[in-house]
Amino acid sequence: MIENNIGIKDPVLSIANLSIAYDEKKFAVKDVNAFIERNAITAIMGPSGCGKSTLLRAINRMHELYPNIITKGEILLNGQSIYEMQTIQLRRKVGMVFQRPNPFPTLSIYDNVIAGYKLNGIRLNKQQRDDIVEKSLLDVTLWDEVKDSLFKKGTFLSGGQQQRLCIARTLAFNPEVILLDEPTSALDPIATAKVEELLVDLKKKYTIVLVTHNMSQAARISDYSMFMYLGELLEHGKTEAMFTNPKNPKTEEYLTGKFG
Amino acid sequence: MNVGSGITYLDIAQRRKVRNNIFRVIVIVLSVITISPIILIISKLIIEGIGQINLDFFTQLAPDTFQAMSAKMSGEKIPGGIVNGITGTLFLVLLASLMAIPVGIMAGIYLYENGNKRYAGFIRNLTDILQGVPSIVLGIIGYIWIVKNVTNGFSALAGSVALAIMMLPLIVRSTEETMKMVPESIKEAGAALGVPYHRIILKVMIPSSFSGLMTGILLAVSRIIGETAPLLLTTLGSPVINFEIDKPTSAVPLLIWNFYNDPNMIDLIWSSSLFLMGFVLILNLISKRIIAHREKN
Ligand SMILES: Nc1ncnc2c1ncn2[C@@H]1O[C@H](COP(=O)(O)OP(=O)(O)O)[C@@H](O)[C@H]1O
Ligand SMILES: [Mg+2]
Repeated sequence: MIENNIGIKDPVLSIANLSIAYDEKKFAVKDVNAFIERNAITAIMGPSGCGKSTLLRAINRMHELYPNIITKGEILLNGQSIYEMQTIQLRRKVGMVFQRPNPFPTLSIYDNVIAGYKLNGIRLNKQQRDDIVEKSLLDVTLWDEVKDSLFKKGTFLSGGQQQRLCIARTLAFNPEVILLDEPTSALDPIATAKVEELLVDLKKKYTIVLVTHNMSQAARISDYSMFMYLGELLEHGKTEAMFTNPKNPKTEEYLTGKFG
Repeated sequence: MNVGSGITYLDIAQRRKVRNNIFRVIVIVLSVITISPIILIISKLIIEGIGQINLDFFTQLAPDTFQAMSAKMSGEKIPGGIVNGITGTLFLVLLASLMAIPVGIMAGIYLYENGNKRYAGFIRNLTDILQGVPSIVLGIIGYIWIVKNVTNGFSALAGSVALAIMMLPLIVRSTEETMKMVPESIKEAGAALGVPYHRIILKVMIPSSFSGLMTGILLAVSRIIGETAPLLLTTLGSPVINFEIDKPTSAVPLLIWNFYNDPNMIDLIWSSSLFLMGFVLILNLISKRIIAHREKN
């Protein structure tokens, strides 16, 4: 059993001895053990190239797109191994939002929201579709901005709106966990603030894992933090505790801006 | 030695000016040489051919040599049109496209997916070689495979097989290239929603690269539409409209060839060529529009 000494009561995800390599010699993630608390925001921090994205992408088995990538270890979702689940089931429960907004360029705003159903060939009637679209767009506070142009292409929106559209696309599947990989790094400060506000609101219903290399963002909105360095998880705990009293000297150096 | 004393700044400027002028004249002469053939061709086709282009041209069968001769002797315009050629060309292009487009797109997707495997490199080389095969050779292939063994006679099928083989490499390569232009992030967006791989290709990649695929297809069609040599050995030609795949079929370039071989019908060469040229030009314009439209979005 994995050691759980940071006061996590109800872990949605448990990550055990996870190692990931892009080629056999060089592991990008090394023996990571961690828990993700339900209905909380967990931030993964660390300097560029330390393995944050690699770790995050393991959680919904994104690495399987690329056959050369080696993954070892175990990830449990509600106690069940994610490797025993069907990918579609896993990815419905664990949604993902990327660094650059990536709405489907050929689809309208409306169809982008229900893309998960459309592309998987899951049939919905008009009422169900309308409901999902409205509810998801309301959840990401985009509804008022786009309700009159639902059938325009999603790529006509601003970057911040596109990113919220991508979050809506994830919410439309009603997931348990949302993984976000530096979702605001391509956005301006106002759009960033909106997304941050949104995430804080979303944690009531969802569990959020947020990769960020922006420390103040982690401090502002996360409940738990993980600090990674050269592929290793050096520190993992309550955000407040980690920012006020880091245990690992490397964490302290990073938080005080000595490198990054 | 003092360099500055021999050559003044003015000398240098003067020489530079002369050199610039020589260069400019060369560029102008070369570009005139480049564009004059196309201008001469188009103007010749319009001047000689436009007189024959009327409603009959698009609705009547090609005349036979007697009709043409008697019209000539009484000083009238040659009667008839080239409707059997136009319908034949459209029919052949349709058949060839039905064969080449699905196969070409699937092969292109395969190359895109397996770009770095050795077998894919082999296929890619073969495609390049195929592109270099002279069209008359493909005509011979069509003759041996289809005329001799399948339809037991000259047929639209034989011609369209030869044309389809000509279209294939163009479609394969344009498919691979346009697929490469779809950002990886769009594929990942699909994968993150649990969409299985084949559906990502079908529902995300192909729609996203639709305009590129369209352009490749149009260019392939304009490449084959004027082909004569492979058709001489396969579809032969026909004085009537034919839409049966196992019968000989006419085509505009075949008619041009016939007109050329018949002194009484020389006049029809120009109008038929003008038509063919216009057709290819329109296809090219459409594909340019598609590309421009894509770049705008
Ligand atoms: N597709 C890839 N192929 C090979 N190496 C990669 C690939 N993606 C990332 N890496 C390497 O893995 C390490 C971790 O990368 P990543 O997880 O993207 O870091 P982060 O998200 O923290 O910036 C880096 O050293 C990076 O160079
Ligand atoms: Mg990253």
